[in-house]
Amino acid sequence: MNSNIFVIIISSAIFYGTPLFYAALGGILTERSGVLNLGVEGTMLIGGVSGAWACLHIGGSAWFTVTMSILVGALAGGLVSTLLAFLCITLKTNQTVAGLAITIFAGAVGLSSYFANIWKVAKTPVPRPIRTMDVFGLADTPVLGPILFRQTSLTYVSWLLAIVATVYLFRTRVGLQLRAVGESPQTADAMGISVIRYRYIHTILGGALAGIGGVFYSLAIVPTWVDGMTKGAGWIAIALVIFGFWRPSLTLLGAYLFGALQSLSSTLKARGVDISGDILDALPFIMTIVVLVLVSSRFAHRRLGAPAALGVPYEREER
Amino acid sequence: MSQSAVRMTGIVKRFPGVVANDGVDLEIRAGEVHALLGENGAGKSTLSNILTGLYRPDEGTVEVDGEQRVFSSPRDALEAGIGMVHQHFRLVATFTVAENVVLGESGGSLFMNQDEVATRVRELSDRYGLAVDPSARIWQLSVGEQQRVEILKVLYRGAKVLILDEPTAVLTPIEARSLFATLRAMADEGRSVIFISHKLGEVMSVSDRVTVLRGGRTVGTVNTSETSTRGLASMMVGRSVEFERVVRDNPADTSVTVLRVDEISANDDRGRASLHDISLTVGKGEIVGVAGVAGNGQRELAEVISGMRASTSGRISVGDELVKSGKARSAIARGIAHVPEDRLHTGLAASHSVEDNLALKNYRTSTISKFRLLKRRAIREQATALVERYDVKTPNTTTPVRLLSGGNVQKVLLAREFSALPKVLIAASPTRGLDVGAIEAVRERLVAAANEGVGVLLISEDLDEIMSLADRILVMYEGRILDDVPAEGADRERIGLTMGGSNVQEVAK
Ligand SMILES: Nc1ncnc2c1ncn2[C@@H]1O[C@H](COP(=O)(O)OP(=O)(O)OP(=O)(O)O)[C@@H](O)[C@H]1O
Ligand SMILES: [Mg+2]
Repeated sequence: MNSNIFVIIISSAIFYGTPLFYAALGGILTERSGVLNLGVEGTMLIGGVSGAWACLHIGGSAWFTVTMSILVGALAGGLVSTLLAFLCITLKTNQTVAGLAITIFAGAVGLSSYFANIWKVAKTPVPRPIRTMDVFGLADTPVLGPILFRQTSLTYVSWLLAIVATVYLFRTRVGLQLRAVGESPQTADAMGISVIRYRYIHTILGGALAGIGGVFYSLAIVPTWVDGMTKGAGWIAIALVIFGFWRPSLTLLGAYLFGALQSLSSTLKARGVDISGDILDALPFIMTIVVLVLVSSRFAHRRLGAPAALGVPYEREER
Repeated sequence: MSQSAVRMTGIVKRFPGVVANDGVDLEIRAGEVHALLGENGAGKSTLSNILTGLYRPDEGTVEVDGEQRVFSSPRDALEAGIGMVHQHFRLVATFTVAENVVLGESGGSLFMNQDEVATRVRELSDRYGLAVDPSARIWQLSVGEQQRVEILKVLYRGAKVLILDEPTAVLTPIEARSLFATLRAMADEGRSVIFISHKLGEVMSVSDRVTVLRGGRTVGTVNTSETSTRGLASMMVGRSVEFERVVRDNPADTSVTVLRVDEISANDDRGRASLHDISLTVGKGEIVGVAGVAGNGQRELAEVISGMRASTSGRISVGDELVKSGKARSAIARGIAHVPEDRLHTGLAASHSVEDNLALKNYRTSTISKFRLLKRRAIREQATALVERYDVKTPNTTTPVRLLSGGNVQKVLLAREFSALPKVLIAASPTRGLDVGAIEAVRERLVAAANEGVGVLLISEDLDEIMSLADRILVMYEGRILDDVPAEGADRERIGLTMGGSNVQEVAK
């Protein structure tokens, strides 16, 4: 019984951690290029509502509908972050302000709810949710089954992405140049690397991943669109980037830790454990604040490996 | 008749408040070493940045191999075969040497093969005598070593036209000579080298032709063989300048020791022992010169004395008060002033204004603050006076320091450190990158400080500077002091050999 509850906590930690990881991985790519995206929360919501819309309107096989919904969510997230990129990279506005503006504009009481209204997706269960799979028929294996073999397709893809992103960042030339852009855009520019292009691409890519995170909420977790349903997951993702030292592998672990905290109350309650749900629900956010406070001293930031030019617009003729 | 590789005509570049280039003409031939001379702020770096596509000129044209070109980015310039070693290094501090070298290289495989790159970097460094460990990270290297990486980067890209913005500022005479051999070899291969320097002797010995800039305009281009150091200096500043061994009107009083360093050992950034039982003393009003090739522990020594680096053993005292190891505040309180090697990062807050930087050290004193609040007016007055006294060229005192030219940045730092009325002054390469006029001013300041009884530890890779200023010369090699001789009548040859690690005893015998 006791070992059983741990298996459930771990397997649901992975489930709930998956959208956090997508958004945080997007954050890693964006921040590695030197752009700070505080618009993740809003971007996730736009991705989520667009994914729900696609799921309701695109027919065909279950696989096709779900894949298309994910792609539509990614596209929507990418579009939102294109706006952020334009503000931060081309217009060189303050990145904190631009990110907050995106979250407010696109977020819970903004564009995402408006879309939900006109598209009539609110409170309508999506016809083809993302379900957990039974991989190799091993899902019922004791202990490891629920943890490793009964997850969603997006979870398995995210494991692949964690590996690909790690190789990309630390083993390929393009990844090296990306990190150079985030560390010292002056150097990158002098070496003939297009700082603008790298920043645009990775900001948009980051937004697309946040959008997929949003789709996970509207297609897997609930699976119905509810206004403001990410409930701050975007902020947790931003903390996770720091928590994971801008590294995909550590961020993946961090995402599962936060996923565990998020799922704890429902898991425990379902098992009849008597504990105040409010406190448990607040746990991830308390952790987020603690993490952010702990690591936000500038010293820690440098030591933890924050890209040196993070948040600084690049101006070629500036010294 | 050699053909012109680069021709720049009527280049104008304006920045807010300054015209950095005001109709500059420059013609570079294939296969020549062409020196670019000019005072601090004359517009040399700006002109080179235009040629490398970093800045766009407001007016004027650039021709490469007889064809007019408009560079919209450094990539265009690199593809046209123009590469540059920047005065303010362009390196990613957290990357390895090899990673910095391959940055931006087009083509090549998807994955980076660290070993292969390291091998190629090592080949290049062997060939050009630019010793550096390809797997070391940039932040662990001394400024001199970082400079080598910058040069390697350009060589690796196989540029046809190489611009070196004050490359020898961080090299010893011996290293500089081997660099010159490299430059000459490259010119003989048909490449062109644009060489920016303030050191007239170097310009005379390495260049074929010289173009002199003053106040953003071309004064003229001359064949090196038809001019002299004196001629160049007067072209540059419009008057003649000379350096000789300084005669002190208030000689050192070595019976009073102001700084005592006792068997200090310390580690470098990589945690390897870099100082081994260093002991030295500086007397009242004495200037002690520390000569040595960059990267032999000079930076660590300066940092340990000024409290920026903790020692692993040993003691440092000013008068008879101990300085706490690794506590900059304690060093300042004891009266130690420090002019660090890397001015823009360690010495100054680059994006803050000139006046704020000048107030950084005495912001706790009553003249410029009251009840812990700063008196803006007093700060501005202090800054205006210092800018005037130290002849800092800046649009005004609220200009961010990073916008100043290299030489003027140094003047701001010196003004601040000298005005703190220290007992001991640690100066690391204080005249590096300054023009002749400014060097004269800085040297006068150092001597004036010594005359007032300040003990000066002058760490410099410029042997001429040490020979002309110091009372006593220490030679550092691999974290040890190998030699300690009076400067009066010192043997240049012997010091040079010791800097290269030759055994003193052998030389002495
Ligand atoms: N990006 C910039 N923004 C504003 N002003 C600038 C900029 N770059 C250069 N300047 C100004 O243009 C003038 C010329 O500067 P430049 O760096 O070209 O001089 P320099 O000849 O290289 O001097 P030094 O020998 O001190 O390096 C200076 O007054 C400098 O303050
Ligand atoms: Mg310059």
